Amino acid sequence: MANSALVDMSDVALTYGEGEEAISAVENLNLTIEKGDFVAVVGPSGCGKSSLMKLLTGLLLPTSGEIYVGGQKVTKPVDGVGMAFQNSTLMPWRTTLSNIMLPFEIVEPHKRRLRSYRSEYVAAVERLLSSVGLGNFGQKFPWQLSGGMQQRANLCRALIHEPQLLMLDEPFGALDAFTREELWSVMQNLWLEKRFTAMLVTHDLREAAYLSNTVHVMSRRPGHIIHTKDIDIPRPRTLKTTFEPHFIDIVQSLREQISNEHGL
Amino acid sequence: MTRYRRIQFVTPWAVTLALFLFWEFACWLFNVPSFVLPQPSLIFKTLIQYREQIWHHSMQTLFTTIIGFVLAVLGGLFIGLCVGASRMVYIGLYPLLIGFNSIPKVALVPIIVIWFGIGTIPAIITAFSVAFFPIAVNVATGLATIEPEMRDVLRSLGANQWEILTKVGIPRSTPYLFASLKIAITLAFIGSVISETVASNQGIGYMMLSASSRFEVPLVFAGLIVVGAMGIAMYAVCVIFEKRMTRWAFRGSELLT
Repeated sequence: MANSALVDMSDVALTYGEGEEAISAVENLNLTIEKGDFVAVVGPSGCGKSSLMKLLTGLLLPTSGEIYVGGQKVTKPVDGVGMAFQNSTLMPWRTTLSNIMLPFEIVEPHKRRLRSYRSEYVAAVERLLSSVGLGNFGQKFPWQLSGGMQQRANLCRALIHEPQLLMLDEPFGALDAFTREELWSVMQNLWLEKRFTAMLVTHDLREAAYLSNTVHVMSRRPGHIIHTKDIDIPRPRTLKTTFEPHFIDIVQSLREQISNEHGL
Repeated sequence: MTRYRRIQFVTPWAVTLALFLFWEFACWLFNVPSFVLPQPSLIFKTLIQYREQIWHHSMQTLFTTIIGFVLAVLGGLFIGLCVGASRMVYIGLYPLLIGFNSIPKVALVPIIVIWFGIGTIPAIITAFSVAFFPIAVNVATGLATIEPEMRDVLRSLGANQWEILTKVGIPRSTPYLFASLKIAITLAFIGSVISETVASNQGIGYMMLSASSRFEVPLVFAGLIVVGAMGIAMYAVCVIFEKRMTRWAFRGSELLT
C-alpha cells in the first residue's frame, strides 16, 4: 500500500487491442483521491476519461501500472462502487423505488439482511428519494419520469448503499442546461450531507468547477493528467457563484489548459 | 378513442368478409367446379354438416399443438438462455441449431414414427421442433443486446454472472420472448398438421388428407379454415399474455398486434 489515499493510481497504462492495431488509451496516469474528496476529470471526448473510470472500478484491468482502492490492489471489479452514467440505465421493468433497491439486492451485508429488514430499506430509499425531490415518485416507472427526474433517481441508485467510491460519467450530459444546473445543486447537497468520495468525469468545465474540490485536466490520447487545479471556492456554491469573477477566472484558466493541449 | 376502437374491432372482420364475398363471386363468375375451388358458402355448409367430425379432429390438433408449443417454450427458453449467456455455448451450439432448423420437419416425421409409432406423439414432437427455434433465437438476442452500461452498473456492485442474468438478462429478454411466442404458436400448428398429414389417424391434417383422397374438396377447405381460425385464436391469447407481462416495453402505447 502506497499511502493513505482512498484511490492511488501510479504509472497506469491501458492498451486496447494487440500488435499494430493496438490503441493506447491512457499512459503514465498518476492520480490520487483522498477519502471524502470530490474530484473532477475534464477533457474533450476521446481522451480516455471513460477508460479511467473503468480502470478505477476494476471493470478493466491496466496493461501496466498499479491501482489501489481502499488499500487493496485492484484485480477484479471493486466491490461497492456506485456508478451513474449519462443515459440513466434504470431498468424499465422496475418501479423507481425498486430500481433504487437494486444495490441492496446485490451488495453485502444488505443482501443477507434485505429479507428480514425490508421495510427499513424501503424507508431509507424513500428518504433519499424525497431528499432529491422525488418523494412521491417511487411507485412510478422510470419511463414515466422526465429526463431530469430519471437522472435524480439514477444518482439515488448509485448512492443508496453508501459506496466507498462514487463514479459519475457525464451524468448530466444528456440534460438541458436548466435541468443540469438544478442537478448540480442537488448533487452538491447530497455530497455536503454524506461526504462520500466521488469522481466526476465531464467535458463541462463549469460543472467541474461548481461541483469538485479539485479538477484534473487530461491530455490527448494516450491520456494522462497534465494539470491539476484546486477549486478554492467556499461551499455551498450556488448558481450565483458561477457568475462571480473568481469562478469565471478558474473556468477560463482550465479552458486555456485544454486549448494549449488539444489545440482547440 | 371509442370510435377508433370500434373501427379497430370491425375492420379485420370486414376485410375477411370482403375476401369471402370476392371469392364467392369469382367462383360464380368463372364457374369454377367445387372440386377445384369450392365457394365459401359451400365450405361453411360443409363445416356445419361435418361439425362433429371436424370438432373431434380439431381438438386433437389443438391438443398436440399446445403441448408441443409449451415444450417449445420451455426448451427454447432454456437453449436461448444458455446461448445468450455463454459465449462458448453460442459458438458451439449455434451452427448445430441453424442446421437443425434448416431440415424440413416433414422429413423428420417418418423417423419419429419409427421411434414412437403414429398419432399424438409425432405431432407433438414435430410441433415442438418447428416452434422452439424462434424462441431460442429471440431470447438469445434479448440477452445479447443488454446495454453494456447496465452490465457495468451491476458488475461494479459486485454482481456475479447469475445475478446479472436474473436481474437484467431475463427481464430484459421477456419482450423478445413474447414476440417470439406469437411466431412460435403459428409454427406449432404447421408442425402438428404436417405430422398428422404424414402419420396419424386423427387430427385436422389427417382429416384433410383423407377427405382429399375421396375428392371431398370442400371438407379439405373446411379443415384449412379451422386451422387458420385456431391459429388466430391462439395468437390472440399470446398477445393478451404479452400485454400483461411486458407492459413496460410498450410504454403504454396502443399499437400492439
